[in-house]
Amino acid sequence: MLKIEGLTAEIDGKPILKGIDLEIPTGEIHAIMGPNGSGKSTLSYVLSGREGYEITGGSATYNGLDLLAMEPEERAGSGVFLAFQYPVELPGVGNANFLRTAVNAVRKHKGEPEIDAMQFLKLARTKIKALQMSDDMLKRNVNVGFSGGEKKRNEVLQMALLEPTLAILDETDSGLDIDALKIVADGVNAMRGANFSSLVITHYQRLLDYIVPDRVHVLMGGRIVKSGGPELALALEAEGYAKVAA
Amino acid sequence: MAAVAETLETVQAANDGGYKWGFETDIAMEFAPKGLSEDIVRFISAKKNEPDWLLEWRLKAYAHWLKMEEPEWAAVSYPKIDYQDAYYYAAPSNKVVPKSLDEVDPELLRTYEKLGIPVQEQQRLQGIAVDMVFDSVSVATTFKDRLAKEGIIFCSISEAVQEHPELVRQYLGSVVPQGDNYFACLNSAVFTDGSFVYIPKGVRCPMELSTYFRINAKSTGQFERTLIIAEAGSYVSYLEGCTAPMRDENQMHAAVVELVAMDDASIKYSTVQNWYPGDSEGKGGIYNFVTKRGACRGARSKISWTQVETGSAITWKYPSCMLLGDDSVGEFYSVAVTNNHQQADTGTKMWHVGRNTRSTIVSKGISAGQAQNTYRGLVKISPKAVGARNFTQCDSLLIGDKCGAHTVPYIENRCATAKVEHEATTSRIAEDQLFYCRSRGLTQEEAVGLIVNGFCREVLKELPMEFAVEAQKLLAISLEGSVG
Repeated sequence: MLKIEGLTAEIDGKPILKGIDLEIPTGEIHAIMGPNGSGKSTLSYVLSGREGYEITGGSATYNGLDLLAMEPEERAGSGVFLAFQYPVELPGVGNANFLRTAVNAVRKHKGEPEIDAMQFLKLARTKIKALQMSDDMLKRNVNVGFSGGEKKRNEVLQMALLEPTLAILDETDSGLDIDALKIVADGVNAMRGANFSSLVITHYQRLLDYIVPDRVHVLMGGRIVKSGGPELALALEAEGYAKVAA
Repeated sequence: MAAVAETLETVQAANDGGYKWGFETDIAMEFAPKGLSEDIVRFISAKKNEPDWLLEWRLKAYAHWLKMEEPEWAAVSYPKIDYQDAYYYAAPSNKVVPKSLDEVDPELLRTYEKLGIPVQEQQRLQGIAVDMVFDSVSVATTFKDRLAKEGIIFCSISEAVQEHPELVRQYLGSVVPQGDNYFACLNSAVFTDGSFVYIPKGVRCPMELSTYFRINAKSTGQFERTLIIAEAGSYVSYLEGCTAPMRDENQMHAAVVELVAMDDASIKYSTVQNWYPGDSEGKGGIYNFVTKRGACRGARSKISWTQVETGSAITWKYPSCMLLGDDSVGEFYSVAVTNNHQQADTGTKMWHVGRNTRSTIVSKGISAGQAQNTYRGLVKISPKAVGARNFTQCDSLLIGDKCGAHTVPYIENRCATAKVEHEATTSRIAEDQLFYCRSRGLTQEEAVGLIVNGFCREVLKELPMEFAVEAQKLLAISLEGSVG
């Protein structure tokens, strides 16, 4: 279970998160919606450990672990995964190599044996097939020359391979056409289960047609101003943030 | 992929202090008296029982060197070297010259085993023949007999002087003349050993040839000389590796390498240079002042240099190609890593003389800590080199904000039909790249290793397999602790 209490954070002295309280019980998918600049991405980066954000108060624990005290790689090893809004290019680094290195890094954190190249390829091909992607994905350099949709699909593939127990999706739907959106949603839905939680950050209700959340929270001005069931997302879509949050 | 996993293991293994080749072998040594003089030159020549012509050749070089001045144009700075304060000859004091591996001092073989060098011929899977140069002398060469069956000569240059004097006399100094530069001239006077390779006409060398250079003795300079001759239609791939103990003093390594490729011959020369770089404060380390040049004398001949330079306090090195034969090809692929206080001024010269000659230069410079990394390259195209082409790509990667990367390309084109291209980029390891990797479970060091290996991929893929693995490990270790 992810438990965030009174979390405040700032960038360059400018407060962005102004006291976030949020609980995601294990097995649930929660969506966070909010207008631009409300602190959605900051929340995802703070939870995954990106540098440059100063935590000024509050706490965030995951299954009792003090997330904020851990290095980003330790969080990954503990089952936290961030699907990036803008996946990063790594020139010269083969995707297969990168994915296998990541899989083994996470396995090592968990105390599981590493898998060799052949085992990895077999695993990767199975996942790729399930996600209706192309094997070609493995041969290219990490995100280099990928289209927007391909980058997002690569994020979903990484998630499928790393098998996190808490996936934070930072506007994974942005820039996707409807087919790609379905593939991404299928990827998340395939992981749904008693041991999987997810925080889906999005601008639009559209994604939530495919990934139906247990709870929806509205983030505005660095605070969660309203929470509700999936119907809240529909209300937001129909009436806009200002009205719903008022 | 296995290599990356291995990189990571090595990085972890090396956490205790980085340079794991820094041990010293305790063995009885014989030294020449300290300092440099005509007597020392005679001493070295006598030790090696050299013919008169070679002694004369050395003395001529020495006389010339005395009139020369140490070059100062490179972007490196170091205190004035006292050439009288070093030993110019140091050899394990083994009275008998070993005839086979069985007769080599086991302590020496252990040294090479410890360095991971396949010294026993039983390790055939390695498919590599090795010449082991320890301080001033070659201590063993493997697979000599096997190679001799193909007519290939692979031995120490001292042995070649005795056994094949006509070849040595014909080619020694024919690519790098004695007076070429200060360090090459010094080498010509006092060179002590090195490797000699001769590939006969039409023979494709069946295994990788390699020389492993080890500086062990204190206050000793290593001056080796390597000569590789590839006759018409032959092929050889040659590798060299270098390490030295960790010491507070600076030691000099001034080598000369000459390559000759005749018609349709091809020489691939790879280096993984890992001399002791000095400590994090910049104390100690090897001064690596090396002259490497290949002559593509024959039509359609090809010389390809690949180097991974991670060690040395100072690297001054410009492996070059003289493209004399029509349609000959020169290549230079380089990764130079400098960390802490290391300085590297390295690059190449491609001298196009023949018609339709082609050259490719790919240089990757990585600078971390307070290091300075300079690419210096010359592309020279003579009026006769009709249709010559050159492509140069220089990429620099900076890690941290106290290091420097510099690119100094010289282009002299005297031929209207020649085509010369130069591309250069400078970048940093971006914070978002590091975070991306770390959010996938990689540690900071693993992330840097992965990104740097990606940056160098174009060069690393030119290395023979075994060396590529070694090089990937080295890159990770050399940059350890450079971020964060």
